[in-house]
Amino acid sequence: MRRYSICGAFFKVTLPVLELSEVGFHWPGRTRFALSLSNFTVDKGEAVLLLGESGSGKSTLLSLICGTILPNKGTVRVAGTDITTLSGGARDRFRAEQIGVIFQQFNLLPFGTVADNILLPLRFAPDRRKSAGDAKAAAAALCEQLGLPKDVFAAKANALSVGQQQRVAVARALIGHPPLIIADEPTSALDANSQAAFLDLLFQQTSAHNTSLLMVSHDPRLGERFDRVIRMEDIAQIERAAA
Amino acid sequence: MILRLAIASLFARALTVGMTILAIALSVALYLGVEKVRTGAKASFADTISGTDLIVGARSGSVQLLLYSVFRIGNATNNVTWESYQDIAARSDVDWIVPISLGDSHRQFRVMGTTQDFFEHYKYRQGRSLEMVEGIVMDDIFDTVIGADVAATLGYSVDDPIVVAHGLASFTEHKDQPFRVSGILAKTGTPVDRTVIVSLEAIEAIHVDWQSGAQIPGQSTPADVIRQMELTPKAVTAALVGVESPLQTFALQRAINEYPEEPLLAILPGVALQELWGIVGIAETALLAVSTMVVVTALIGMMATIFSSLSERRREMAIFRAMGAKPMTILSLLVLEAMLMAAIGALLGLALLYVGLMIAQPVLDSAFGLWLPIDAPTMREAAVILAVIGAGAIVSLVPAFRAYRMSLADGMMVKT
Repeated sequence: MRRYSICGAFFKVTLPVLELSEVGFHWPGRTRFALSLSNFTVDKGEAVLLLGESGSGKSTLLSLICGTILPNKGTVRVAGTDITTLSGGARDRFRAEQIGVIFQQFNLLPFGTVADNILLPLRFAPDRRKSAGDAKAAAAALCEQLGLPKDVFAAKANALSVGQQQRVAVARALIGHPPLIIADEPTSALDANSQAAFLDLLFQQTSAHNTSLLMVSHDPRLGERFDRVIRMEDIAQIERAAA
Repeated sequence: MILRLAIASLFARALTVGMTILAIALSVALYLGVEKVRTGAKASFADTISGTDLIVGARSGSVQLLLYSVFRIGNATNNVTWESYQDIAARSDVDWIVPISLGDSHRQFRVMGTTQDFFEHYKYRQGRSLEMVEGIVMDDIFDTVIGADVAATLGYSVDDPIVVAHGLASFTEHKDQPFRVSGILAKTGTPVDRTVIVSLEAIEAIHVDWQSGAQIPGQSTPADVIRQMELTPKAVTAALVGVESPLQTFALQRAINEYPEEPLLAILPGVALQELWGIVGIAETALLAVSTMVVVTALIGMMATIFSSLSERRREMAIFRAMGAKPMTILSLLVLEAMLMAAIGALLGLALLYVGLMIAQPVLDSAFGLWLPIDAPTMREAAVILAVIGAGAIVSLVPAFRAYRMSLADGMMVKT
């Protein structure tokens, strides 16, 4: 983390947090699905909304960014490091250190407490744990900032409402302040009012820590709150053929 | 934290996990129980006779001699003449000698003629002596002392009359000379429990009017006359011998085996018992094999449970992966869970064993004379528990490896 943060400090303006270039990927074997993408960047502190219908390759793109799949060609740079050069285990560790992930729903381990869930990524990211300081206090502070009731901390995750669960997921993504937050349709399980409140909280947190946010959605109405709105089809070409 | 999450995850699936643990616990309890009974039976068996240095009988096999002299199974092929018996008894290295005369029965129980010394020298279970629960050792020719099983099965109490039959399972009864129960022995868990003990003279007395195995017609000697008669036996079936010094045991054994006047056999009870256990021991191995299979079955059941939980836990694995867990972490998480289940199951099984022992110990002792000691777990039991945990880890590798491959393919996106 230290190495990366020094880089980040030096090249704050020049180096984007996320940079994909000349990426080509196709799933191995049976399904003929190929994605190619010439260039896509997210700058430090930038909030980008990526719009795309289902089947537009959003999930594949997110998997590439998170390093759970490797492109067949091209580079994927996260916080200055080309993750395609890392080994599988190192990519997992790197993801834990650099990226906070928020899913559509079912974000939490239902049997764990809220505290367990928030602290989980730190378990795999020692550097991020260090930068979080007193992890428990940091988690509690995040909960408070996200408007979660105090007694929720020790509660089992499955005892929470969906809205509360999504906020816990935000706290989990933010803890230790990773440079990049990836959110995959985090508001789709919420009603309109909750959506707005959720985004308010999310933006509050990302702008407070100058965190980059890449959010994927199919809903263009969310666009006005982001620095940039990009359509999936504008950056990536999908080839699909029946097997 | 991972351990705590693993435990929480197990708690969240309390029902299936509980059933799996219960199955493991029962199988481990069964296995350890069989082990206990096995070692207990072996010890009880070896404890059938102690304190006796040599058993002497007519020349046959050592197991056969042990079987008929101690276990009252089968018959002597030949007897030891009274002269030979006297010769051995007179030797300076013989501390004590107790004659045994077999061949008659009372209902389904064997009758054994012996002397009062039997009650002094016959020892079982590391030197325990026979004890009377009721009455006294026989002091009249027509007195008998009966074992605990005889008394319990036939409902005898002190002073009841009994009639001895000639031969075994025979209908010719020695009706002329009814015996009287003078004492009842406490339960020992040895063949003594199933024996009717009379004096050596009594065996002669009931055969006074008999010749060549049949009653002489019309002849019936009254009991009073018999009491006056010279009732020295012509032969005994076997004899228990104690030596002056343990060092002399082998010399005496050799001397008896080479006794010139008559072909005799002297055996060391311990050695013969081991030889006999070697034959009986096949059953113990079979029993152990079966209970091992039960443990294996329970572990395979656990493997099936883990397998069936995989699809519903895909989401959970995706979350772990998104948070930065390696596929290897997922694999070790599942193995850890399996080891937890196996460990809890095995320890619960151990607890069940002790509860079972506390309940069954007095019952087994009084019903079968099988004494199972309640001790702290032995190294062997600890090894069994560790083996179960280890085997649990090994079988869980199969579903864990599948989870590994699934999480590698799924990444953080579950497509279903």
